[in-house]
Amino acid sequence: MGGLAHYLEEDGLATTQISLIRLHSEKTRPPRALWVPFELGRPLGPPNDAAFQRRVLMATLGLFAAKSGPVLEDYAEDAAKATEDEMEGWVCPINLSPPALESNGAAPDAGVISEMKSLWPWYDMALEKHGRNNLGASGLALEGARSVVLSFSTGEPEEASVPGVSRGEGLRLAVDDIKAFYVDAATAQPGNASGSDVQDWFWRETAFARLLHDMRRKLMASSDEELALIGEWFLVPSSHLLEESYYR
Amino acid sequence: MARLQDIDALMREELIELECPKFGSDPWVDAPKLAESRVAVISTAGLQRRGDRPFDLGAADYRVILGETAAEDLVMSHISTNFDRAGYQQDMNVCFPIDRLNELAEEGVIGSVAKYHYSFMGATAPEDMEAPARQLAGLLKADNVNAVMLIPV
Repeated sequence: MGGLAHYLEEDGLATTQISLIRLHSEKTRPPRALWVPFELGRPLGPPNDAAFQRRVLMATLGLFAAKSGPVLEDYAEDAAKATEDEMEGWVCPINLSPPALESNGAAPDAGVISEMKSLWPWYDMALEKHGRNNLGASGLALEGARSVVLSFSTGEPEEASVPGVSRGEGLRLAVDDIKAFYVDAATAQPGNASGSDVQDWFWRETAFARLLHDMRRKLMASSDEELALIGEWFLVPSSHLLEESYYR
Repeated sequence: MARLQDIDALMREELIELECPKFGSDPWVDAPKLAESRVAVISTAGLQRRGDRPFDLGAADYRVILGETAAEDLVMSHISTNFDRAGYQQDMNVCFPIDRLNELAEEGVIGSVAKYHYSFMGATAPEDMEAPARQLAGLLKADNVNAVMLIPV
């Protein structure tokens, strides 16, 4: 981000920016930057809080008043964290029990299909609540994206899974679409869940996350370099890699 | 949580060790008064319009996002798994604050909002984005933009 600011300013455009990693802004020295303490992924702060977002926006635009730079300021206001009372009400949208399915001898993909079926009403509620869905990275319908992902899991990958992109990228985009379905469903719940609350739910409690951990291990051993790379770095977040033993 | 101590150990180490480009100068352009500014957003969230080509590994190119693009037509195809998407999925203004900017323009706080906005994918090395960024400078000026807001994810 700091690099973009340098290039644009050198070419005659005034820039201001939000900084998420202060250390990087200290190193790259963009002309104007406002460091914010929010979760990665939320540079303007919490969703559906227009007043908060406006304050962050105004503070960032306010740096345009500086007469010289570089300017790196800290934004003092933190995003409110959910209270214990609020979080008590935030549970996974439905009591998923994939281990029970698997212990009955069902294949992991059957667990995912069953799990997604149980989440569908919450996903529909999310569409109503948010006015949009967040699928579309792969360009596939949800069932098509799921079919691509499960085909890799069962060891018989579908060829040319997503038109115009490589097999590995197609898999990654299809995985992202399925994740978006789960997150949409989870955020339809009342409560003030943070990003990490949703992440913890997804990675610790869903059959799909278990399937992704298994797939990661398989892909890392693949002779296809791109698939091995995607498997190692772009399926499971680093925050949950260390918990991998949880799924075994 | 963008405090380093709040980030998981694996990613924290990567962020601390990440080599940042060094620039030989501190460029500076005096900004217009806010009420006279025409503001464009450049995001590095890997945003695209639904149906556009998704960002892929190492992508240094950008996607164009029209100011009037509806929320349901915006898609995120960033390759990284290491940031929250739940906030954005509920409200795009979390990383693409177009509604907030339009409100500020309607109130006269800023002059106007650009017609064209842009998104890169921030996982790519900044040096690789230099040529497209310099191309964007011309495009932004053609849209009469005089104030650019850069927003990471």
